[in-house]
Amino acid sequence: MIRLSDIHKYYRSGEQSLHVLKGIDLHIQEGELVSIMGSSGSGKSTLLNILGVLDSYDQGSYALAGHSVTNLRETQAAHLRNKFLGFVFQSFNLLPFKNAAENVALPLYYQGVGRKERNYRAEQYLEMVGLSDRKHFMPNQLSGGQKQRVAIARALVCKPKVILADEPTGALDSRTTQEIMSLFKEVHRLGNTIIIVTHEPDVANQTHRQIYLKDGRVTTADQVHLQHEAVAI
Amino acid sequence: MFIDTEKWQEIFRTLGQHKLRTALTAFGVFWGIFMLTVLLGAGKGLENGVTNGFPRVSNFINIWSQGTTQVPYQGMPIGREILFDPGDAAAIVKNVNSVSLVKGQNSIGIWGGTPPYTVYKSKNGAFAVQGGFANIEGIQALRIIKGRSINAFDEQQRRKVVLIGQRVVEQLFSKDEDALGKDITINGISFTVIGVFESLQRGNEQQQEERIYLPNDTLRYAFNQIGWVDNLIVVPKPGVHARVAEEEAKKYLAEIHKVSPDDKGVLDSFNLQDEYDKVQGLFLGITVFSWVVAIGTIFAGAVGVGNIMLIVVKERTREIGLRKALGATPASIIAMIMQESLLITAVAGYAGLVVGALTIEAVAKMLEASGGNSGFFSNPEVDFQTALMALAVLIAAGVLASLLPAAKAAAVNPIVALQDE
Repeated sequence: MIRLSDIHKYYRSGEQSLHVLKGIDLHIQEGELVSIMGSSGSGKSTLLNILGVLDSYDQGSYALAGHSVTNLRETQAAHLRNKFLGFVFQSFNLLPFKNAAENVALPLYYQGVGRKERNYRAEQYLEMVGLSDRKHFMPNQLSGGQKQRVAIARALVCKPKVILADEPTGALDSRTTQEIMSLFKEVHRLGNTIIIVTHEPDVANQTHRQIYLKDGRVTTADQVHLQHEAVAI
Repeated sequence: MFIDTEKWQEIFRTLGQHKLRTALTAFGVFWGIFMLTVLLGAGKGLENGVTNGFPRVSNFINIWSQGTTQVPYQGMPIGREILFDPGDAAAIVKNVNSVSLVKGQNSIGIWGGTPPYTVYKSKNGAFAVQGGFANIEGIQALRIIKGRSINAFDEQQRRKVVLIGQRVVEQLFSKDEDALGKDITINGISFTVIGVFESLQRGNEQQQEERIYLPNDTLRYAFNQIGWVDNLIVVPKPGVHARVAEEEAKKYLAEIHKVSPDDKGVLDSFNLQDEYDKVQGLFLGITVFSWVVAIGTIFAGAVGVGNIMLIVVKERTREIGLRKALGATPASIIAMIMQESLLITAVAGYAGLVVGALTIEAVAKMLEASGGNSGFFSNPEVDFQTALMALAVLIAAGVLASLLPAAKAAAVNPIVALQDE
């Protein structure tokens, strides 16, 4: 589903060049539930941006669902994000002046789906995340966990190939975190590919594979944790 | 279409969230368009007022002789008096190509002499008498309000008929007496009244309405002016500028009266078209000035809209970033911002156009109610073409106002916009 080979990324500011990603090789299969961990500055946000076709890379290759993601123009990138990717953010990023159903329906709007069909599908996904009774609520009438559920419904509504979640539980208490993780697992069980960026080991441990980033490289800690997981099982 | 309703809903919602800001911005554009319509309408009113004072035939020429020659010519001495012959009019029409009509004019009490004594029954007065001709209304700027004008038969048969101004009627006839068909006596000679006129000469109404017109040949024969014509009215052929006809007619007159081409002082003339052109030029100037002022105002308004839209884009950076992450293309973002500022300019500008037109209309109504004739200002109006032009300016302003903010919006980087503080 996702294949990164030797991805390098530099940030240039004036004379100085910061080598953020130093050759990432990553292969994520369809149907995987993966977490990316790493301390701040490890490059995990950059990696997520590249995976989300929000940022470019300087070297290497990236194939998303069989499509090469290289030197895309903005419009092509927008289409790719819309079709293949669903985003879940730490701060939910719901539009405050739209109700839950309208927020969920927004990506469909950019696909040119008709209003009725949009509303129908949005309601379906709201039901799936357990909020069918809140579809007309505005975001400020929802709790943090409910907002994140709406955001997950929005990420799913276009039937994307991959769901990218950036610290999805960062703004939630532990109980709600658990609820959201259960939801992610349920979504995963339905056959979705999910990548969660997090720094909470609790969250990472609930995924099937953990990828550790350190100084712009995937570290061997990956192996360590896999073993650890094997022991746990 | 579904895209539209959704888009418009959103635009209304964003604008509605910032009512004061939207209103203030819209007012800039509103004021610009309002100014444009009012200025143009007022300019048109001024133009109508002044051009109404012009005769309907606005390109005629009047040629007269100043008296004696100052330059010897073809062996003839200076000091020779030049008078136009009664036959000159026909000769000019025949020999000068650029001329379509020439009429002689004589008078008693206008270009010499004193106004004659006119009597009807027990009433009397001294009114200037002037030679007229068929279709005199267009050239002398008068309107027949009763009876008829002088016609070609009156001229040919030298009928003793007169066209009198309404102030003449007031002075000679009692209130309920009909002047038409009555005989009045001018210097002891009897004439029949065939028509009464009112003056259309702005600022000169009183003087003209105290005048009596009769066929010029009748005047010449009745009052002993058979040997000469005082001055000539010349109308150029259609499409010929009056100045050309003026020069050619004067040149021909100088030739037949043996006046040296260098003797500029003898033949003098007045050419209404030059005056008319000057006035037209002035109004062109006023119109251009109005447009410049108003377009300046509109652009100031548009800059205001642009300014506000920039702030809006700044405020909505996060939202725009999110939309881009969810698959909004730069084009769709640009369309969103542009529609918003176009909506503000269009609604505000249209309101300005309507209010401006209503104001102009109200002023016109008030003028009409107060007598309708206030000198140099009458019937202000905004024509359809002007309105369309204003609308075009408006749309251009709206597009212009949204270009920069829309570009900014399209350039929003979703990574930066969605960063958690």
